[in-house]
Amino acid sequence: MYELKFDEKKCLRCKTQDCLIKCQYIDIDRDTAKREILKIAHSEDSFVLHDCVTCYACEEYCPANNHPFYLIVEKQEELDVPPLPRPIIQRGINTGIPFRGEPVIEEINGQVLNMGAFADLMYLIQGKLFQGLPVISADPRKMMHYFCQLMYLHYARTSVIKERLPRIIETITKHKVTEVICFHDECYGTYTSYCSAVGINVPFKPVHFFEFLFNRLSELKNEIRPVNLKVAYQRPCSSRLSSDKLHFVYDIFKLIGADHVERQYVDENALCCGGTIQGQRREGSRKRAADVQRINIEDMISAGAEFCIFNCPACYSTLGAMVAQRGLKPIFMSDLCRLAIGEKPAGWR
Amino acid sequence: MDSIHQALIEIVGEEQVSNRPEELYIYSFDLGTTEPHRPDYAVAPRTTEEIQGIVKLANKEKIPVVPLGGGLSLAGLAVPFKGGIALDLKRMDSIIEVNEEARYAVVECGVSQGQLTTYLERYYPHLTHSEPGAPPQATIAGNVAIHGQGDLAHPYGFNSDMVNGLEVVLPTGEICKFGSCSIGASWFTQHPLPDLGLFLGWSGATGIITKVSLRLFPCKSIRGTGLFVVENEELVPEVMYKLSHTQMAEDIVAFSQAIPPFASGLQHFSINMAADSEKELEFKQEIIWDDTLGEYIRSGAGGFLGFVRGLQRPQVSKTSDWRKGGGFEYVGSIMPVKKYPECYRRGREISERHDIPYTVLGRCIGAAHSMMFSWTYAFNRADPETVKQAREALHETDDLVLELGGTIWKPGLYGQKLAMERLDPNTLKLMKKVKQLLDPNGIMNPGNWEVSQ
Repeated sequence: MYELKFDEKKCLRCKTQDCLIKCQYIDIDRDTAKREILKIAHSEDSFVLHDCVTCYACEEYCPANNHPFYLIVEKQEELDVPPLPRPIIQRGINTGIPFRGEPVIEEINGQVLNMGAFADLMYLIQGKLFQGLPVISADPRKMMHYFCQLMYLHYARTSVIKERLPRIIETITKHKVTEVICFHDECYGTYTSYCSAVGINVPFKPVHFFEFLFNRLSELKNEIRPVNLKVAYQRPCSSRLSSDKLHFVYDIFKLIGADHVERQYVDENALCCGGTIQGQRREGSRKRAADVQRINIEDMISAGAEFCIFNCPACYSTLGAMVAQRGLKPIFMSDLCRLAIGEKPAGWR
Repeated sequence: MDSIHQALIEIVGEEQVSNRPEELYIYSFDLGTTEPHRPDYAVAPRTTEEIQGIVKLANKEKIPVVPLGGGLSLAGLAVPFKGGIALDLKRMDSIIEVNEEARYAVVECGVSQGQLTTYLERYYPHLTHSEPGAPPQATIAGNVAIHGQGDLAHPYGFNSDMVNGLEVVLPTGEICKFGSCSIGASWFTQHPLPDLGLFLGWSGATGIITKVSLRLFPCKSIRGTGLFVVENEELVPEVMYKLSHTQMAEDIVAFSQAIPPFASGLQHFSINMAADSEKELEFKQEIIWDDTLGEYIRSGAGGFLGFVRGLQRPQVSKTSDWRKGGGFEYVGSIMPVKKYPECYRRGREISERHDIPYTVLGRCIGAAHSMMFSWTYAFNRADPETVKQAREALHETDDLVLELGGTIWKPGLYGQKLAMERLDPNTLKLMKKVKQLLDPNGIMNPGNWEVSQ
């Protein structure tokens, strides 16, 4: 069985306890933080296990790369402190079950774009950016065979991830791929962060979607016309697993002439879309999510943003209509890039 | 050309009559498991007077007449079991009146749900009607004739409870009006004239509804759907009662289905809410999600899955693809809400016995006075074995409805037979008298509600 590589000594040596000190949803001092994270490591109950909104951010805050978030959700499962009500967890577990037959395996022998569990967003994959790029998981009926499963961190069900993920990797590998561009941060985080944290072998090279977009835009540089838009980026929770790739957001904005507005809730301080928070068991979760969403959108507006840029389909689904209602245009990053090279964004159907 | 064909042409014109096999084929079946039966003629009248002419002809010649709205009942209610005239009413598609003050609409019998919805959205956005989960081409008249329910069933009951008046062509050709319109007033109420109740629930066996006055209701500017989920089916009735008690939901539907897998073994509630301001919406959300359902969330027994603006209507028709081949039919029932757990469990058993992915749904009607509970069975149209399996499952479910103390909603022939076997003898006798009085030659939709046999 795969085991999380968590080193308690790193926490004992840690001088910051940033994992919990920086948490935007739990108010905690350094001594308490140290005590609580060690309690969690020892499989003891902690209020942190009950109050965690599963935003992934502590994975990024930890200066020692010691995987505090993976630890928290493992212990939530072990100690039966589910962050979500049981039926939501069961519903989530059921969601990842493939039910429409086996996927067609075509050998790629090279780079491929993996849509993961978002084959129904294939309409975004068009135009010059994606010309000639093979795609796997393009069929919504078969996409659960490519679902990275990391969503179950929100459900405190790492057992499900560990059970299913090797088969997902096996399916992708059958395509004989060398580089896998991950449409969603979550897939990228799975193959680069989670797999290494629990010791699952990944026999291909994962590529972050934004890195791919940046490289393609660079190749098409002559066709770029500055979009001259004021944009805010909705950073998804799973991007906390690949903060080393966050610079591509800024690189892309710079390349296409988008003005990333100055916000309070940005980068490390970015706020969650609230999609997971609203359903949690903890008292007041629905209102807490609504407050986070309101503060987040107010922050975008007061910073002068015209567009809200998404990568995560779940964030888009949760916040897209809300930002639109407040006069911001919701758009996927790939669509913004397509706009910059004179193409009509596919999401503007 | 035969004389009937010629006579029909004289009534509605050549373009609106057909006896060509390829066109009669279309009218020979519905989308369910009922065996097809071909009519002799298909006729599409445009006016009540044309319908009157057709019915007089049919009565004189003793030819069956089968009225057809959207053709979506699935239970074979508009299949011409004994041939005759398939009376396609879709050309009767005028919205005659919308009365804003008294909140009603008078429509011809071919007006569809989608047509009225669109019309109201465009011209009277502050008014709405109770739209069923059927595809939008389902007709208003067809739906009230089968005691349908829609997305305002929770506060206002069955769609047939929302009828203010009817115009009907009797099987002998007379045109009758019912409700306030019958004394020359506007179509604003069905009451308090003597109750006749002769046409709703008869599936067209006592006459042809040509006009309907339907109640409209206030339509708030924000309407949306929230989702809630529990694992334990035993919780469904109490959750439904509690939601109903808030009087803040427009529609409350519980459902469970094997496919897609996320819904399997779980009981989802879709709860429609409406408001005219963010303040009102948040107030209602707080009452429903936090105060009423909060105890389930905190204990972990129930989960709030979010609220989305815009109505999400139940689409049972999606199940038609569960076995490939695009076929499905369901048994609907009107049941006490407390029966939900047993309906769910027994329905699952029937589905699993017939190797059909289960799909069940319960819609709260009239402040939880009852629910419409349905069991849907998918089949492959190209595979007679799966059609047979579905038909057997449907019949077992008809039996189950009565065993559980419910009534079968829009029953097909098998369900009608079961109901008539159990009817109070004096009631049955009265129904016979009514049928014989109205339809002495038995021309109206024969096969359905044949109490005289």
